[in-house]
Amino acid sequence: MNDPSIEPGGTSTAEDPAASTAGWAKSERQRERERLRRRMDLRSSSVATVSTIVFFVLVIWLVTASPGWPRVKETFFDLGQFTDAFPDVLRGFLLNIKIFLIAEPLILIVGLVVALVRNLHAPVFFPLRSLAVLYTDVFRGVPTILVIYLVGFGLPALRLQGMPSDFATLGVIALTLSYGAYVAEVFRSGIESVHPSQRAAARSLGLTHGQTMRFVVLPQAVRRVVPPLLNDFVSLQKDTALVATIGPLEALRQAQIHAAETFNYTPYLAAALLFILLTIPMARFTDYLSARSQRRRGM
Amino acid sequence: MSGLLEIEGVWKHYHRHSVLRGIDLSVDSHEVVCLIGASGSGKSTLLRCVNLLETVDDGAIRLDGTEITDVRANPDDVRKRIGMVFQSYNLFPYMTVLDNITLAPRKVHGVGRAQAEEQARELLSRFGLDGRAAAYPDRLSGGQQQRVAIIRALATRPRLLLLDEVTSALDPALVAEVLEIIRELKESGMTMILATHEMGFARDIADKVCFLSEGVLLEQGTAEQIFTDPREPRTREFLRRVLGARRI
Repeated sequence: MNDPSIEPGGTSTAEDPAASTAGWAKSERQRERERLRRRMDLRSSSVATVSTIVFFVLVIWLVTASPGWPRVKETFFDLGQFTDAFPDVLRGFLLNIKIFLIAEPLILIVGLVVALVRNLHAPVFFPLRSLAVLYTDVFRGVPTILVIYLVGFGLPALRLQGMPSDFATLGVIALTLSYGAYVAEVFRSGIESVHPSQRAAARSLGLTHGQTMRFVVLPQAVRRVVPPLLNDFVSLQKDTALVATIGPLEALRQAQIHAAETFNYTPYLAAALLFILLTIPMARFTDYLSARSQRRRGM
Repeated sequence: MSGLLEIEGVWKHYHRHSVLRGIDLSVDSHEVVCLIGASGSGKSTLLRCVNLLETVDDGAIRLDGTEITDVRANPDDVRKRIGMVFQSYNLFPYMTVLDNITLAPRKVHGVGRAQAEEQARELLSRFGLDGRAAAYPDRLSGGQQQRVAIIRALATRPRLLLLDEVTSALDPALVAEVLEIIRELKESGMTMILATHEMGFARDIADKVCFLSEGVLLEQGTAEQIFTDPREPRTREFLRRVLGARRI
């Protein structure tokens, strides 16, 4: 691409005269070409702006012109209800963030360990390996909300010594079990995407299976799976709301309480807004990372 | 001044480094031009600029008299008229040989499947690859893969064929079969620009040889003139080193 930071002859580095643009005087043709390119860029961004505005105006018009709109506006967009409920919902939301922050590293550990176990090919490890397969099969198959119910109400019923009875902790355990299975598969696909020649090269140097994994395969695999991992974490941020079903006072539960008192659904909107505010930075970060890796591959 | 391809004062910068420094080159119809020079001298970049895989930072390139480096030019239309073959073949590994060859004729040039396949089979048998149509690229030797890649580029009937070090990834025993194809293409009148390290072949096939050094086209002339009586000391030095190494 055209690098605007380069100016004709002006940026030659003293230590390496060959590695510079010295001797280049931008021609009139190139000036004209750049002017034209700027004009075309301006035109396409104007088109983008206009079409975006038209689209949103249309959508807003369609929604507000619908017959049920006055009723919806009353029950979902009540500013008074919003300000009433917001502090409680926000307080609940801090619990969501806490659940997320604790569950996330646990999920990474569980996922990585399970993925590594599934990659142990020695016959001795057969029982471990089949356990890992069973784990991913079961927990990817069972809906997350069911796992939360089963863990939330089932584990305490065992009355084991030291078993946590706090519902938020139980929620973290359930989310970790459910998401660990997904993340294990993400890690595994990353590990398998590293070309076999890399493994061959490492083993030919005398590295053991473990060392090969640790120093050669995982560094490449992890880098590749960062975008899908972040995607799973965006999903996890939302799914912390599922923990509401077993009782802790997080954002959704707080919104439910308010809505139940007033029969007005605006508190749900408040909760939804908070979740969006949390996931958007994560989504943009994912975009940034994939754009960076594209650039590195020179595309 | 009315060659098939006219390259005029082309500059290309990467970061703060100029890899092409004002290249002027004219290629006539049916002419075969060989670009020689050390790795990093800008041969590949020049070919990629002609195919608009890179945007030039100054200068102009014209094909058939129209400027293809014009900002308003549609790169897809330009590339329809130019074929390119890469050093590492770049065949699509999940497609059979036949699908690799017929993809562009069918999807870009609107040729019917039956006709595209017939043409592909014709090309395959012309270049000694009968019976390979249904094979996947990883079933073929490097030389066969590169021949398929050349056929893939030919299948769209390009005005100009760019060959970027097409034998560099091949072991010596397989180089000959690829060079044989290129020789045959020259006889059929195909206009070609080759970036190559095969000096003997360049001397044999080229109508014009260009020596590039650090992004500058230092010297161009007939194969005879460049290889027996180079004017520039740096050309002489380069040839001495390359040809000397060959003798060891």
